Amino acid sequence: MNKLNTLFSDKKKLLSIYFTAGFPELNSTAKILNELDNAGVDMIEIGIPFSDPLADGPVIQDSSERAIANGMNVSFLFEQLKNVNTKAPLILMGYFNSVMQFGVEKFCKQSKSVGVSGLIIPDLPIEVYLKEYKHVFQKYDLKNIFLISPQTSNERIKLIDKHSDAFIYAVSSSSTTGTKNGVNADKEKYFSRIKKMNLKNPVMIGFGISEKQSFNKACNYASGAIIGTAFIQSLKTKTHVTEFIKTIR
Amino acid sequence: MNYSVNKEGYYGSFGGAYIPEMLYPNIEEIKNNYQKIISSQKFKNEYNALLANYAGRPTPLYFAKRLSEKYKTNIYLKREDLLHTGAHKINNTLGQILIAKHLGKKRIIAETGAGQHGVATATVCALMGLQCIVYMGEVDIERQAPNVARMKMLGAKVVSTTSGSKTLKDATNEAIRDWINNATDTYYIIGSVVGPHPYPDLVAKLQSVISKEIKLQLRTKPNYVIACVGGGSNAAGAFYHFMNDKNVKLIAVEAAGKGIKSGHSAATMVLGKPGIIHGSKTMLMQNSDGQITEPYSISAGLDYPGVGPIHAHLFDTDRAKFVSITDAEALKAAYQLAKLEGIIPALESAHALAYLGKLKAKKNETVVVNLSGRGDKDLSTYIKHLPI
Ligand SMILES: Cc1ncc(COP(=O)(O)O)c(C=O)c1O
Repeated sequence: MNKLNTLFSDKKKLLSIYFTAGFPELNSTAKILNELDNAGVDMIEIGIPFSDPLADGPVIQDSSERAIANGMNVSFLFEQLKNVNTKAPLILMGYFNSVMQFGVEKFCKQSKSVGVSGLIIPDLPIEVYLKEYKHVFQKYDLKNIFLISPQTSNERIKLIDKHSDAFIYAVSSSSTTGTKNGVNADKEKYFSRIKKMNLKNPVMIGFGISEKQSFNKACNYASGAIIGTAFIQSLKTKTHVTEFIKTIR
Repeated sequence: MNYSVNKEGYYGSFGGAYIPEMLYPNIEEIKNNYQKIISSQKFKNEYNALLANYAGRPTPLYFAKRLSEKYKTNIYLKREDLLHTGAHKINNTLGQILIAKHLGKKRIIAETGAGQHGVATATVCALMGLQCIVYMGEVDIERQAPNVARMKMLGAKVVSTTSGSKTLKDATNEAIRDWINNATDTYYIIGSVVGPHPYPDLVAKLQSVISKEIKLQLRTKPNYVIACVGGGSNAAGAFYHFMNDKNVKLIAVEAAGKGIKSGHSAATMVLGKPGIIHGSKTMLMQNSDGQITEPYSISAGLDYPGVGPIHAHLFDTDRAKFVSITDAEALKAAYQLAKLEGIIPALESAHALAYLGKLKAKKNETVVVNLSGRGDKDLSTYIKHLPI
């Protein structure tokens, strides 16, 4: 059974943390993963650093650039993950070119073998996924997580819901990562629209969630929320992982 | 062989729209409307009138007598350099601004390398009274200073991009990020046949006026059409109406920079392999991890690690021949054109001209070189390298 499916069946107010592999140090990955797991984080997204991260703001761009300079790449990440065993399900998040150059099937196979539960590839559109890669993802029991935004039509959300089998990643506003605008009335309207759709998949809210207040607000409308930029920022200031998690819940 | 885009947005195996979901509605809006808009009589009337009365079309097809004597063949220059704002880029921006207006957009964004597309966008925004924001790499802002000043005078805001190689690729990233953050009121006028479908097709169609005119002006068939390739819009325009005629040889000239093997180059077809850049599957310079290589060329407009998917397809099917020209060869060709014909070409176009020395065309053959732009913007570079 994929860890992602059990996670959502028995828990609420899930906290998911995103960080960039190989940042701040090349060998930080395993340490951060274990600390997040011990701090009780429910799900962890590991970012594969890419030279041209279109959907990311300055903080994640910078962490990616530094991770690449540190020597991080896909095969090295898989090596690091071989020695990690977390309770929390792991998700790899990266841009499609990184996966494509590694080889999609090889990428899926290795993901499965190191215990990864799902993938988020923001620039792999659902149409291409369904036509060319769905069978490969399924062969290795990897859940593909799709994004939706306030501009996504209900019709398209239904299509995405139909082809998802873990959770849907609701981007809180149409933005790149790291825009600190909290959760305002507009967003709450969008979150309740999603909630009222009664989707078959649980929803996690991400982008712009940075501290306790926005986390709690997001959790009113979804199974949980995802924090990325704020966590990476805390790594820069050398705040201890456990301390950061304590500020959230 | 079919060289047009298919329904899914591919040229052979290249193209598509590899974009984050946040951009899906924006791209979908253009995809669902562009063909209808550009084939409407209203658009055609407005666009053609602007091309004729504002931009200065048709551009001359000039028989370059002394250059022809030098290379012992018949060389014609398609004078896109004589267009308003100094390059072919205005063919595209005039068309796209009409589309943006039709879609009711109030805010226009663009990326630029040499600054020609930025100037052409700032120009049409001034013409239509729309807000204009241009992203430009820090390195390019420095080497194309006159164009930065022009954009500002035209009322555009120029935003300096400091990420990555600080050139065209990074400016394009920033423009796309801006679009994600301003999804509903903004139209992105992309400057070449790159980016997610339908942009490559849209821009190729708007630039196709170049080859349409060449066909009418030349009357006989050219044996060769030569154009430089950054993203590939002037080449796509110059090739467009000849693509299905195998007797016309198409030659696309990329920038070899300091040399193919120097590590400072932008020759995508030689050094690249299929990958994804700016939402398009195409040939791409990248390392074995799939990180995009920082390209180099003396010419800011050719300094791009990818190429439009239509060109990846022309390359893949051997329909066009892709060659590369170094900085030094391009400079030499520019000085030569100035002396022989009294025309100072853009550094980009100088790459196409430089290939004349390697072409070995026959005496009775006809060669058309697309002179995509004029050299005013490159004067400081030309002065720096001036042979005494
Ligand atoms: C004069 C000129 N020619 C060519 C190019 C390259 O672009 P493309 O390959 O899209 O024609 C540029 C780009 O800035 C340019 O200014």
